[in-house]
Amino acid sequence: MSHDRDQEMVIDEEAVIDELVVEQFQGELLHGAPVSGSAEQRCVHPGRDSYADVVAILRAEGFWMCSDLLCVDYLGYGAPRNLPVGIDAERFEVVVNLLDPTARERIRVRVQVPESDPQVDTISDLHPGMINPEREGYDMFGIFFAGNPDPSRILMPDDWEGHPLRKDYDLGRIPVQFKAPPSAR
Amino acid sequence: MTTTEDIPQITDLDSLDGAIARLVADNSVLHLSQSEAEERSGYQAPTADGMGERMIMNMGPQHPSTHGVLRIVLELEGEVIIRSKPIIGYLHTGMEKTGEELSYLQGPTNVTRMDYASPLFTELAFALAVEQLLGIEVPERARWIRMLMCEANRISSHMLFMATNGMDLGAVSMMLYGWREREEVLRFLELVTGLRMNHNYIRPGGVAADLPDGWKGSLQRAIDPLPERLDEFDILMTGQPIWRERLQGVGVITAEECLTLGVTGPILRSTGYAWDLRKDMPYLHYDELDFDVLVGSYGDCFDRYAIRLNEIRESIGMIRQIVDRMPGGDYKIQDKKVTPPPRARIDESMEALIHHFKIFTEGFKVPAGETYAAVESPRGELGVYIVSDGSARPHRMHVRAPSFINLQSMPHMMRNSLLADTVAIVSSVDPIMGEVDR
Repeated sequence: MSHDRDQEMVIDEEAVIDELVVEQFQGELLHGAPVSGSAEQRCVHPGRDSYADVVAILRAEGFWMCSDLLCVDYLGYGAPRNLPVGIDAERFEVVVNLLDPTARERIRVRVQVPESDPQVDTISDLHPGMINPEREGYDMFGIFFAGNPDPSRILMPDDWEGHPLRKDYDLGRIPVQFKAPPSAR
Repeated sequence: MTTTEDIPQITDLDSLDGAIARLVADNSVLHLSQSEAEERSGYQAPTADGMGERMIMNMGPQHPSTHGVLRIVLELEGEVIIRSKPIIGYLHTGMEKTGEELSYLQGPTNVTRMDYASPLFTELAFALAVEQLLGIEVPERARWIRMLMCEANRISSHMLFMATNGMDLGAVSMMLYGWREREEVLRFLELVTGLRMNHNYIRPGGVAADLPDGWKGSLQRAIDPLPERLDEFDILMTGQPIWRERLQGVGVITAEECLTLGVTGPILRSTGYAWDLRKDMPYLHYDELDFDVLVGSYGDCFDRYAIRLNEIRESIGMIRQIVDRMPGGDYKIQDKKVTPPPRARIDESMEALIHHFKIFTEGFKVPAGETYAAVESPRGELGVYIVSDGSARPHRMHVRAPSFINLQSMPHMMRNSLLADTVAIVSSVDPIMGEVDR
């Protein structure tokens, strides 16, 4: 009898620990990834490895359409990063904007991409419309999308150096020489 | 033409997977970089793996029917297009980068230059996104003015399509008629905003100015002759056998292909899939208006033309409803931290002068966060994504340009079509290169 009771105790403790972990993730998990934001601006934060899988699961659940894919460079961001507990802030972030046309619902998938290894898996095999946005992400931010069928620059010329939308990209200026108007006197 | 109720919303996951498999098997996108396309242009000898004689040809960027500076690399077998690829970037001016340097008050001057045929929609999406971050609600009158201006802009944008589409396909007189009606609508926009294009009229917090005296008369002069003129368009084009031959069955795409490609707007609706953000995810007061979402049934160039033509009619009906219901009140939010005080107050109040000075030198601060706001532009879903770090300038401003995404459907529409149909297909996608390249 006493042995059984001990086992029960152990199970209870584990359940308590699980609850604590869930609480740390601000209560909500979606396919193992923490969720943030309001009902209208819901974001899910998967890790880099599970990102493509989460997009695939969401697609199977009805988020058929991928409206947009974009990258953000958080270098020099002047405010605390609004990320759920357990997600480490990295310099880059890839944001995928998914749309469920039957439920009329949107969800954003936000993936942290480290500066040292700016690479994520492509989602263009599931959402072929994201080939060009991923190319733009590479062109503008230098983030590689492994598996993209057309890994080339899109907006800048092929031989361009650097990635213009990075925050540390030198803007460069063309010197303008202003001539003072001829004096009246 | 049919309306929403008649067509069931099809598609399940299997048919979407089928569409992806079809798009992949199609192999219609020519994956060549810009420089490769230049090197390899011209005759392509037959290869060992069974590919016949082919020719790679560059169309554009200066071709008159490419709507600006779109370049299309075509792989031809005789006169039939096998693979193609749109090459863009010729109008890239780094507007998203510029947007990071401008304050939220200056932002609309920048975004309005993206889609220059329908500038008010980009301004609206930008303003909605900033207002979401600020957590403010604009006054009723401002909302109705925004809707009025956007629908007028939709008419002018679709009129531009009518003109260029007609011209591209050889109905050259259409260019004159389309441009003429567009000019009437632009005259109304000019009366209200001061400019024919690039209005900078819809700003965070409301609109830049109240509707001027005599706006109703000016609007009626622009709108009232339109239904009759649209009937003339029908006579001139819709019923004409040459017009139909040229468009029907050309550039066909299915709803599933559109959904997987993220294509929205008249292209998606032409396939029979009724998706319109004004109806499905309403913003402003579109849920209070009575209008139909027009859908086609074949997904070809003709459906896209007919949808745009009839959307002008719907917009006219919506404008009439908006005019009848236009409420009084403020045209911008009276929050001194967001909108400048009225000019008269500056002479009387030191505080107003300080607020005015602060807003125009430093700009207003927006709470940190990120948000996405989308509107239905004449070309599809137009969204603005803003990341704010609590300062007076966005940390990142991204525009989800409908033309940019829609362009990707072009190689699939062009597969196995004739070279002569290229012009019809490009025209029916109606890309605006300013927003493609940003």
